Amino acid sequence: MIHSETRDNLWTLIAAPTIWALHFLVSYIVAAAACVPNVAIFQAIAGPRILIAVITAIALVAIGLIFWRARREWKGHGGGSVHDTDTATGRERFLEFSTLLLAALSFVSVVFVALPALFVADCR
Amino acid sequence: MPARRPHRVTMWPVGKFDAVLSALEGPARVVLPTLLGLAVAGCSQEQSIFANAGTEAAQVAELFFVMLVGAVVIWIVVMAMSVYATRANATVFSDKAGTRLIVFGAAFPTIVLAALLVWGLMLMPKLRRPADGPTIAVSGERFWWRIAYDVEGEPGVVKSLPAGGVESANELWLPVGKRSEILIGSPDVIHSFWVPAIAGKMDAMPGRVNRLVVEPTREGVYNGVCAEFCGDAHAQMGFRVVAVSEADYAAFVAAQAEPAAVTSGRGADLFLANGCAACHTVRGTEADGAVGPDLTHLASRRTLGAGLLEMSEENIAEFIRATEHVKPGVEMPSFGVLPQEEIDEIAAWLGALK
Repeated sequence: MIHSETRDNLWTLIAAPTIWALHFLVSYIVAAAACVPNVAIFQAIAGPRILIAVITAIALVAIGLIFWRARREWKGHGGGSVHDTDTATGRERFLEFSTLLLAALSFVSVVFVALPALFVADCR
Repeated sequence: MPARRPHRVTMWPVGKFDAVLSALEGPARVVLPTLLGLAVAGCSQEQSIFANAGTEAAQVAELFFVMLVGAVVIWIVVMAMSVYATRANATVFSDKAGTRLIVFGAAFPTIVLAALLVWGLMLMPKLRRPADGPTIAVSGERFWWRIAYDVEGEPGVVKSLPAGGVESANELWLPVGKRSEILIGSPDVIHSFWVPAIAGKMDAMPGRVNRLVVEPTREGVYNGVCAEFCGDAHAQMGFRVVAVSEADYAAFVAAQAEPAAVTSGRGADLFLANGCAACHTVRGTEADGAVGPDLTHLASRRTLGAGLLEMSEENIAEFIRATEHVKPGVEMPSFGVLPQEEIDEIAAWLGALK
């Protein structure tokens, strides 16, 4: 049923939040680099906004893939949110479900981080 | 030397408040004053976003109430769900039903928060659009506010505040109905310029000029504060904002541009002889120090010592004699070594500088 399965560990668990962190860092640096000089504050900053749009799209696709894969494997292992078995499958299922929840949180967070770039057009 | 108690500007009778407090017992000792404090805070007309007198403060108040409603709705829904899950229907849920509850419990706050965020972001660019009124430079300095009216400054472009303009301190006059551009900077540490009744706060940063566009909508006198801890006398770094008609504003700035009303006499001589001029300017005399507040029209202001004392000859004398006692942490040294008679002469002169 499952063709290639991820062997989940702590690294796969934090992959989505890591993408969120990197997206936040890059967005912040891009906006700061454009606005720190404090000159021409009424001039539109199209470049940084496009860049933020691009990295946002990449981040959302990557997080979406993680979400989709974790969800497929979690379902494949029977789904559910009760984790009280100390078997290898139970462990996998728990990590997959946690990954799924973290991916959902990261997805929303990336959207929230990117929203200011959608509405604020200059360095005012 | 007996310490004379200067007349302080207080919001409510502190002594009576203390008497009521000490009569309380048990939890009421904490709860009642807290509720009372919140109620009293809401009554203050000159320092409240709820009794707002500016377009931005009105927007902030509106935003606050909408966010409050959003938060209350989220709270009620989450509480209702938790009551449902633990009391009203306290059976074992199927995995499917449980997941549905979790998804809805997360989705609902997310959607409400997203809507609030989008609305908040949409408000911002409009508030920061170019001004149509005067440009005023405000410099936050330990522990007072240097103000220069009608400066020639590009909006937000520079690293340091534009020089020139009509200098004053600790009392900011603004024309009602005009969008005034406030250029905010600092020569020492980070301060924050905040007039709650008129607009949101803006940091005063060394090496950078921030801009805040304020539009008072109602004539009156409002309180301004430093909203970023900056040192010992941070809490005594206040100012007054006087919102007046455009004509009154123009007349005020013209009057402030004039030299001092009295430029000679014993008080002026003592002021110069005792070194006050090393830090203070009184235009029309030899005093041209730029370290402390410009005193050319000191007596025209409502307060003394950055919003600390009411303006009076007696308080000026007290401020000169026991500066560090009246305003702990102040940069100006006390001049208690001077004979009281000389202090009174200087205070009488400064008190005449309308």
